[in-house]
Amino acid sequence: MALEIIEGCVNCWACLPLCPNEAIREARPHFEIDPLRCSECVEAYAEPQCAAICPVEGVIVDELGMPLNPPGSLTGIPSVPPPQASLQEGH
Amino acid sequence: MPTPFPTSTASGCSSGRCGSSAGQMAGLTDDVARRVQDHPCYSEEAHHHYARMHVAVAPACNIQCNYCNRKYDCSNESRPGVVSEVLTPVQAVKKTLAVAAAIPQMSVLGIAGPGDALANPERTFAVFRELQKRAPDLKLCLSTNGLMLPEYVEQIVAAKVDHVTITINCIDPEVGTRIYPWIFWNHRRIHGREAAEILIAQQQKGLEMLVARRVLVKVNSVMIPGINDQHLKEVSRVVRAKGAFLHNVMPLISDAAHGTYFGLSGQRGPTPEELQTLQDDCAGDMAMMRHCRQCRADAVGMLGEDRGAEFSIAKVEAMEIDEEAAMAKRLALREAINAELEVKRATRHSAGSQVVTLHRPVKPVGRAVLMAVASQGGGLINQHFGHAREFLVYEASASGVQFKGTRRAAQYCGGEADCGEAEDVLQRTIAALAGCEVVLCSRIGFEPWGSLEAAGIQPNGEHALEPIEEAIEKVWAEMLKSGRLGDTQMSQRRA
Ligand code: SF4
Ligand code: SF4
Repeated sequence: MALEIIEGCVNCWACLPLCPNEAIREARPHFEIDPLRCSECVEAYAEPQCAAICPVEGVIVDELGMPLNPPGSLTGIPSVPPPQASLQEGH
Repeated sequence: MPTPFPTSTASGCSSGRCGSSAGQMAGLTDDVARRVQDHPCYSEEAHHHYARMHVAVAPACNIQCNYCNRKYDCSNESRPGVVSEVLTPVQAVKKTLAVAAAIPQMSVLGIAGPGDALANPERTFAVFRELQKRAPDLKLCLSTNGLMLPEYVEQIVAAKVDHVTITINCIDPEVGTRIYPWIFWNHRRIHGREAAEILIAQQQKGLEMLVARRVLVKVNSVMIPGINDQHLKEVSRVVRAKGAFLHNVMPLISDAAHGTYFGLSGQRGPTPEELQTLQDDCAGDMAMMRHCRQCRADAVGMLGEDRGAEFSIAKVEAMEIDEEAAMAKRLALREAINAELEVKRATRHSAGSQVVTLHRPVKPVGRAVLMAVASQGGGLINQHFGHAREFLVYEASASGVQFKGTRRAAQYCGGEADCGEAEDVLQRTIAALAGCEVVLCSRIGFEPWGSLEAAGIQPNGEHALEPIEEAIEKVWAEMLKSGRLGDTQMSQRRA
């Protein structure tokens, strides 16, 4: 059980210090979650902390590849399908 | 309409060039007035001579604003944004010391982003602590959206932070829901009205706490037509009443290419005239120091565009800096500048003050004229039109010369690459100068000259390297003499 940071992350650092398990690592091209450390915050918080602060829609996904912050959920910008949407259609 | 600058006959400073030492200080306590008078950022006299810089050590943010897209540099606030290189605290300290050694005018170090200074408290305060030890002569400042402010007031005081800027766009949660889609609060993302309520309450509480601890507080607001433009008058009244020494209204910069909610939803920014009208309304009797340029004029840029490259992380890390010698040099320079300002103040207040007040006709003669100036500091007209990133706008009238604010040149929006053809940039610069009748610069190219004239703005390169206000007085006097300021009868009588 782990979340994943995918392409589109802007490396803004917001998530990293919040993770209760130090599962997030500064990396390039974008930050990464160590799947062995991530607990999806279940015991610790009501919401996965990284996904609760991440400002970019669609870049934190669950094991099924579903974004925790789907298009339109954060900015209210009517969604132009993001580049990764076509990949997800396969699910 | 209230005049922000009483024609203070007592002091003889009706030209407005006494800036923050005269009428603009109305409403401030003596203590604050004294601290602002020689402040490198806020004294209209002093700020020409000093440089500030920001270090990008605070990448994270804890709220979303509808004018911001975290993928790009923020064009509305003075923060470099995510695309700019984020420094570690150690790198930021080294860079600050390097710049302050190379550019002794450097006197203020700010942390404003690219996210929010207080959403990155460890990083922000690590830089402050270290600089307080190694360059105690530098003033420290930070900018914040205010959400975490109450929690960090004690640390701000302990770090001897000189001034704090809070971006406050509203005090009414209804207005807030149209500006802030969410905040991160107590480990949750909160949307809608509740988010706006919390943010507003935290901002106001933080403001009150800072004032109580005698930290200078400036409030920035982004003017968003149709959303908070009228509301900002109320904001201004409230933040002043609570002790903010300056309320600074900035225009929304909105462009679909920035990918912001406002940009994509067609929300427009204010015209320069709308902005100025609101600034006038908000000024009231208060300290509204319009020369404040949100520190965009950073130290590295001060001596020309090329110097940024000299202070890349790699170069800075290899530098040997004699920190003590550098500080001694800065202190000596500051003493010299202060002495020079003292002399200027003294002559202005003595017999020579007729030159300043220019004319004291029974009835004001000639209408007021707005003039734009390209300057890279020192209080002089010393910049090429095409190099200006911003223009200082002054109003010249029978009662003297008064600073009105700054207008950004077109190349500021997101870098030249985004800005299309040179022609287009020029046209947008001209649009930004709407309402100005003259633009004073050290030099100007042939083409922009023609375009400016066609737009009804007279370029003028005759006063290169002259002090700004004296030159403006001369140009206004010439316009008056040539009968271009309307009432010719009156002007003849004056002559
Ligand atoms: S979900 Fe929680 S544990 Fe997993 S990376 Fe995000 S913050 Fe860390
Ligand atoms: S908060 Fe989102 S955008 Fe920022 S670093 Fe974490 S995953 Fe990337």
